[in-house]
Order: sequence, then structure tokens, then C-alpha cells
Amino acid sequence: MTSQVDQVDQSGQEPHHGGGGAEGKEVRRLDRVIIRFAGDSGDGMQLTGDRFTSETASFGNDLSTLPNFPAEIRAPAGTLPGVSSFQVHFADHDILTPGDAPNVLVAMNPAALKANIADVPRGAEIIVNTDEFGARAMAKVGYDSNPLEDGSLDGYSVHQVPLTTLTVEALKGFELSRKDAGRSKNMFALGLLSWMYHRPTEGTEAFLRTKFAGRPEIAEANITAFRAGWNFGETTEDFAVSYEVAPATSAFPAGTYRNISGNLALSYGLIAAAQQADLPLYLGSYPITPASDILHELSRHKNFGVRTFQAEDEIAGIGAALGAAFGGALGVTTTSGPGVALKAETIGLAVSLELPLLIVDIQRGGPSTGLPTKTEQADLLQAMYGRNGEAPVPVVAPATPADCFTAALDAAWIALTYRTPVFLLSDGYLANGSEPWRVPEPAELPDLRVRFATGPNHTLDDGTEVFWPYKRDPETLARPWAVPGTPGLEHRIGGIEKQDGTGNISYSPSNHEFMVRTRQAKIDGIEVPEVTVDDPGGEAKTLVLGWGSTYGPITAAVRRIRRSGGAVAQAHLRNLNPFPANLGEVLAGYERVLVPEMNLGQLASLLRARYLVDIVSITQVTGLPFKAERLANAILEAEGGPADDH
Amino acid sequence: MITEALSLVPKAEAKQSMKDFKSDQEVRWCPGCGDYAVLAAVQGFMPELGLARENITFVSGIGCSSRFPYYMNTYGMHSIHGRAPAIATGLATSRRDLSVWVVTGDGDALSIGGNHLIHALRRNVNLKILLFNNRIYGLTKGQYSPTSETGKITKSTPMGSLDTPFNPVSLALGAEASFVARTVDSDRKHLTSVLRAAAEHKGSALIEIYQNCNIFNDGAFEALKDKQRALEAVIRLEDGEPIRFGLPGEDGLGSQGVFRNQETGDVEVAEVTAENAGRVLVHHADSPSPTTAFALSRLADPDTLHHTPIGVLRSVRRPVYDDLMADQLEDAVARKGKGDLAALLQGNDTWTVAG
Repeated sequence: MTSQVDQVDQSGQEPHHGGGGAEGKEVRRLDRVIIRFAGDSGDGMQLTGDRFTSETASFGNDLSTLPNFPAEIRAPAGTLPGVSSFQVHFADHDILTPGDAPNVLVAMNPAALKANIADVPRGAEIIVNTDEFGARAMAKVGYDSNPLEDGSLDGYSVHQVPLTTLTVEALKGFELSRKDAGRSKNMFALGLLSWMYHRPTEGTEAFLRTKFAGRPEIAEANITAFRAGWNFGETTEDFAVSYEVAPATSAFPAGTYRNISGNLALSYGLIAAAQQADLPLYLGSYPITPASDILHELSRHKNFGVRTFQAEDEIAGIGAALGAAFGGALGVTTTSGPGVALKAETIGLAVSLELPLLIVDIQRGGPSTGLPTKTEQADLLQAMYGRNGEAPVPVVAPATPADCFTAALDAAWIALTYRTPVFLLSDGYLANGSEPWRVPEPAELPDLRVRFATGPNHTLDDGTEVFWPYKRDPETLARPWAVPGTPGLEHRIGGIEKQDGTGNISYSPSNHEFMVRTRQAKIDGIEVPEVTVDDPGGEAKTLVLGWGSTYGPITAAVRRIRRSGGAVAQAHLRNLNPFPANLGEVLAGYERVLVPEMNLGQLASLLRARYLVDIVSITQVTGLPFKAERLANAILEAEGGPADDH
Repeated sequence: MITEALSLVPKAEAKQSMKDFKSDQEVRWCPGCGDYAVLAAVQGFMPELGLARENITFVSGIGCSSRFPYYMNTYGMHSIHGRAPAIATGLATSRRDLSVWVVTGDGDALSIGGNHLIHALRRNVNLKILLFNNRIYGLTKGQYSPTSETGKITKSTPMGSLDTPFNPVSLALGAEASFVARTVDSDRKHLTSVLRAAAEHKGSALIEIYQNCNIFNDGAFEALKDKQRALEAVIRLEDGEPIRFGLPGEDGLGSQGVFRNQETGDVEVAEVTAENAGRVLVHHADSPSPTTAFALSRLADPDTLHHTPIGVLRSVRRPVYDDLMADQLEDAVARKGKGDLAALLQGNDTWTVAG
């Protein structure tokens, strides 16, 4: 149901002719398009997708992206495991996901075609690079006959384009070997797609000039290939139609926008949090996919006073961050699931020391090394409980790529206000996916400034004024943050149980009981916003509750159901520890509560245990986000209603 | 005593005494433990530095010696097993106005925390690391440690340990340490002189302190402590002096000397005679190459500790990580200007939606 013809009908627009850069050719108006670029890991598909996305963002469409690449840097060429793809969904209205099924597949080789064709519905357009469809290349991925000739692609609109030959031909004026010239075929493909969808081109040309500033010849070759691709679309008869997708003007509130990925938004959120707190930012980190981009990004902003420390291992990464926090910095460590496992003991220490610390977990498929470049939400229980002893840690989970910015500020507020380590649970889908973001003014950002302890906070019976490192704020239960260098407040803290107030070592049974319960009460008492329910008719009997990156697919699925007359309520959790105070009441208000998660039901388990509600889990662990259509069907099935035919 | 190494640390306003550095906590080591002597030496030495007490921080891991920070009236953190160098690295690199000391033991530093130790040393973070080596696990009640002699009979090795021990000085030299010294808990004067040299050093300093565990490994260093035996067993290193030890010879200096073997290039111990006295190796702690220091560290017999060099084996100047990190921040501001959050968030590629 997602072919382009259907979408024209849905948009209520008639095809019309003329306009754009394609004089004399038909131009059709669409309300949304999903394009997937696929090729070898070395074909530059991520770059191609990124550029198409930037063009689309600057044009003003709403958009959502899904990069999908192997963990190997250069898997063997031409093989199925080596296929890298980038899907971009853009529209003239607000959209929530990178889309279920591509309307256009660009397949740079037989492996890319084979690996992706199952996702592409009949009726879609497929652009293949015929130069790569030699007998050996096809045999390598198990094609017994040529799929371009044997009828297996009947029902698709296949454009057979010798992308490599055309690129080499276009670059014959350059002193490049055939092999080197052929490398620009991704820019040729980008030019062709840019023509098909009337994308602005200045940005890509400027980008190429900057990227290859040291090698102007290569910059010009790529720009030439890019333009040749555009011109090819305009002149060849194979491409008779081009498409317009109008800017999504009504989808966005007024403001200045940019496209942003989750990891970039999260990095900016950390820098903004430190600025708003007026504290230096200290990142202790060890490289791990898909979190390393945050380390890379922060290391570029030392002029904000940001210190980035690439440690010898995951444990040293968080250790250094905790040491810096003791010294009065906003300490952060970034990692993925396997790194969280290694950091567990230090997180427990931070719980005991009651110092602010951010632990950023960009979740990926597990267990163990699992799927380094794929997404999953299976670290929720690790974040909640993955430590020895009673060691509660607040958990914040962003809902969309752009929301990673706000979530970082929220997590920092909790850490600084309550003097506690905080988990920020993003995932591979949010990290690498992107969407338009309304750029906030710094004045809109929260004030995160803290007060360090400056003097005694307790009077002994004999009248002596002393400093007690574990004397708490009666409202937040936070202990004072007295940083080294403050005269008179010299004190010792550690991982051994300490006496309430004085902080001295104490093994007393009643003191331990008091401290364990107090640490728990501090986290339970953290102020988090109430969960809001979206239930337009107010009649829904089913609530769909999600957390983290499933926000987009769940919202898209709920919209589908509502469009076809169904009534479902939706709510989303950004705070997983503590839960919003009204959550129990919300859950109790519905006959059924469905919880879709990219794990085997971790949030469902927490909710069942806490609220005694008979949650219905909808789970998926493919390493990929939910698709809206399948999720809608799963919701309808779980409701006991009729599932869509599909 | 304020040296360049401590130039960024604020000074004490009033004269300090040993008492100023004693915390109000009751010291809970076993009676007779060597840790008491080290604590007293450190507390006694600190006033000499003349630093503001609030700008001194002790960070420790886990083990008997790691209780040390509780007894110092400074800032302190008793952290988790093996991680003190990592935590102290975060503190030292973000707060150059602090004098940061790490207290660790042979199990803490060389077993569970071995990775952090070697990386702190190679980075040359401005940390003073006191490694209490008692060649045993004390707090867990007597298992062999990574410095225990091979064949050690302990609770966990009733038939003898199988591992070859680490020589902490050799290890530190191999890890690119810019300052490496060894001393003994019972020799207060020597211990203090080594602490002084370490405090004056800019960058990482590793001080191995042979420390007696009178409960689980009593007498482990007796060969170095018994006056008579020590004459033959201990090689005292003095910078710029010929390396001589043993009973006094005819010239009044030690009758034994350390020589370079002309064939192998290694160093060895031999009787000093009138003929060879001019060829006794002269100790240069500031030698650019760590080769000779390493060779000296290998003279000690790992079982008997016979021919153990003590003193400063290596002390060289090289860039300090904390300074380099701070320099990069200053450079970035010089090149790009102080960070502008609004400009950062805006980026180069925006579009406007009108209201």
C-alpha cells in the first residue's frame, strides 16, 4: 500500500506536467517518499544518504533516516554481509519513522539488490548499476540467472543504468584511472536521485569542495559526476517522470531548523548542560560502536572547556569521569552495553559516593558483542539493576534523535540536583538516525547551576561547627558537593558503608538499613514530569505504552489504526527510574496495556512487578526498529480485533 | 619546599605540623603493621611541602593500605579495587591546582589494576603513586600476590604458587614511567627523602615501598632490614655517585660495586679493587634512556631480595599529560575563540519556518 501511485491518491493531488528542472517531462507531486541507497561497504552509501538527507532537510521536508551497515569496516566486496544501506523517508507533512518499505531502491551491485529486494514492494522503482551485474558478481551472491532478465523483477519499475561506465565517461577529462573515476559513481547516483526529486544541489557541491579542499581535482571530479547524474536524469528517456515533495511547512512550529542525528544531538546536549551548569565538561570514554561518535564530536569542542579523555579501557573511562566529578566537573562516560557491564562496579561506587555522573549507553544488539551496528533496547534491566547491592540509578531515555539533546539536559539536571549517577539510554537507531530539529536559543535552556558547599553545615553538641559530607538536603535528600580546594571541608568518602551524616566508616546494622533505604528514597523522590496520554476520542480501551526510540514507530502505528477507525490511546515514557508518579493510575485506566519493545519484554516486566498490571508485550529483536505497518497489525491482533490482511 | 612541580597548587597560609595532617579517625591496621610507619612518614613529610591542605587529595583502591586516605586530614577517596589511578587521572587532569596522591598495594596496583597503573605512568599524569608492596594479600587474609616469590605456600596455594612475580620497578620502567623509586617502610629517613624527590618531580611518580605484613608475610624484607645482612643485600643508589655497597673497603666505601659487563652490556656486582674502582658504574637517575635503570632493577634476586637497589632509579623530565590537556584547551580557544553555544547549535545548514 505504499507504492507511489497510492501516495498520489492519498495526497489528493493530480499529476501535473512541467516545472522544476525537467522541462518537457512529467512532474508528479507526492506527499512522501522512501528511498533506500544500497551498495558495497566501500561504495559510499552512507555518504550518499547523508548528502541526500541534507539536501532534503534544507528543502524543508520533514524526514527520518535509517542507516544500516555491517560491523566490518570493509567486508569482502560484493558479498551479502558487505552490503551497506541508507534509508531516508521525507514528506510534506510530519512523519515519525524512516518508513517501512522503500518506494525507490538504488542497488549498486547484485548483493545490494539481493539483500534488500524483500523489503521493496512490487510497483516500486529500482535503479541498478548494470556494470556490476557480471556473471561472477551475480554467482557470488547466489543468483543462478540474471535477475534483470529472468522476470524475477516483474512488477517493479526497473531502471537499468550503467552507473560506473557513465561516471567514467563523464570524468574522462580528468587525469584519473578508470578505477578512481569509477569511485565517483555514488555521486552520479546522488545527482540522478537529486534530479528525480527536485533536490537543491548547492549544498552538496559546497560540501564536496570543503571535504576535498586539499585535493581540488577530486572535488571537481565528484562535482562533475554529481552534475552528470543530474543531467542524465534530465535527458535520458528512461526517466520520464520526476517528483516533487513540497516542504512540510505546516508540520513545524516557526523557528530555525537543522537536521540532526541522535549522537550529535546528545553531544550538543552535554555541552549545553555543562554551559548551563557553569561546570567544565569531562568525558572519560573508550571507543565502542555505536557510541564513539560522541567522543569524536566532544573532542572537537575543546574551546568550550570540554576535556575528552580516551581511556585505556571502559573502567578507566568512567573512573576518570568520576574522579573529575569529585573535583567539581560534570563527569560523563559514553559507551554501549558491553561497556556498561564493565563499568558496573564504578557506577555502584558513584551511587555510594553520591556524586553527579552521566552514563550514556547507546544500546546495541546483545548479548556479548552481539550486533555492534544494530539497534536494541535490551539494556534497560542492566541499567536498572546491573550492580551489586541495592544501587538505584535514575534512567532517562530519549524518544527521537533530536530528543537526545533535551534528554541529556534532563539527565544532567537529575545528576546535579540529586548528586547521583544517571543513565541516559539511547540506542543505535537514535544515534545514527536523523530528523529536523528546531534549534533552541540558549536562553530557552534550563538553568542547571549548582551550589558547591562552602562552609560547615552542622553544629555538634558542644557548639563546634563542622562539615558533614553526608548531611542531606531535606527536600532532595542530596548530600553536599564539597570539592577539593575548599578550605575547612576536607573529608574522605569511599565505597564502604558510611555513617549517616558524618560519612565515617560504619558497619552498624541499623545505619546500613537506614542508608540503603535513604539512597532508594532519594531516587524514588526525583521529580519527573507526569506521563501524558494521547487519546483523542477519550474512548480507547487499549493503551500502547512505549519507551525510548520506539516512539516514532509506535506513533506511526497508532496513527494508522486511528485512520482506519480504531481507537487506541498512546503514552510514552522518557523517565524509567523513577517512573512518573501518575503512571499507575494511567495504566489502571485501560482494559489492555500493550508495551512494544526491542527486547523480550523488559519494561513489561518492570511494570508488571511494580503495578500488578497484566501487560501484553509486543517484542522484536531483529536489530532494526519496528515497522509501523507490522506494529499496527500486532497492536490490532493483541487487542483481539481483526488483523489487516497482509 | 615549593618546586615547579607544585607551582599551580595554592600554598598554606600558616606553618603546618604533622598534627595538621592527622584525621580524627582511629587507625585500624593490625598492631605492628608496616603501614603505620609509612603513614607517620607521610604525615610528617607533608608540612615540608607547605601546600594548602585543602588542595591535597589522596585516592586509594582496595586493600589494607588503601584505608590510608581515611587517616589523612586532606580530601580523600577510598575507591574500588585497582581503579585508583584511573579515578585520580580524572581528578588530576581536570584540577591542576591539586596535589594528587595515589595509595595502592601490590594486589591493587599490579593485579586487578595493572592496566590503569601502566597507562597512568605512560601518560605521565601528575600523580604520586605510593605502592605498598608486602608481597601478599592481607585484607583477604593471606593469598599470594603478583609480587610473591614463586612457590609461595599460602591458603590458596597449598602446594606453592606457580607464577613468576612482577618486579614493580622493572614494570614501571617498562611502562615509560618518568620517575621510579624504591624504599623501605622501616627506614623513615630514606622513605622521606624519596617522598621529597617524588613531590619535586613533575609528572607520574611511582614509589615502591617494601612494607611488612606482620600477620600474613612477616619478615618478608628482613634481609633488607637486618643491619648486617642489609650491608650485603641492599644497594643504595645516590644520584651522581658510584654504585657501591657492602662492608667498607680500603677506601672506606662499599667493598662491592656494580659494573657494566663489557661483553653483554648488562650490569653485575663484583668486588671493588684498586684496579677496577674507576670503572664502578655511576648512577644517573636522569639518564634519557631507562636501560641502565632497568638493568639495575634486575639485580635483585626475586626470592631472597639479595642485591635490591633502593632509592631513585629514574627521574626524567617529559611533558605532563595534565599540562598537555590544558594546553589543547587554550589552543582551541586561541584558534576558534571561546565556545559560542548558540553558534554551535545553529551549525551551518539551517532553514527557517515562518510562523
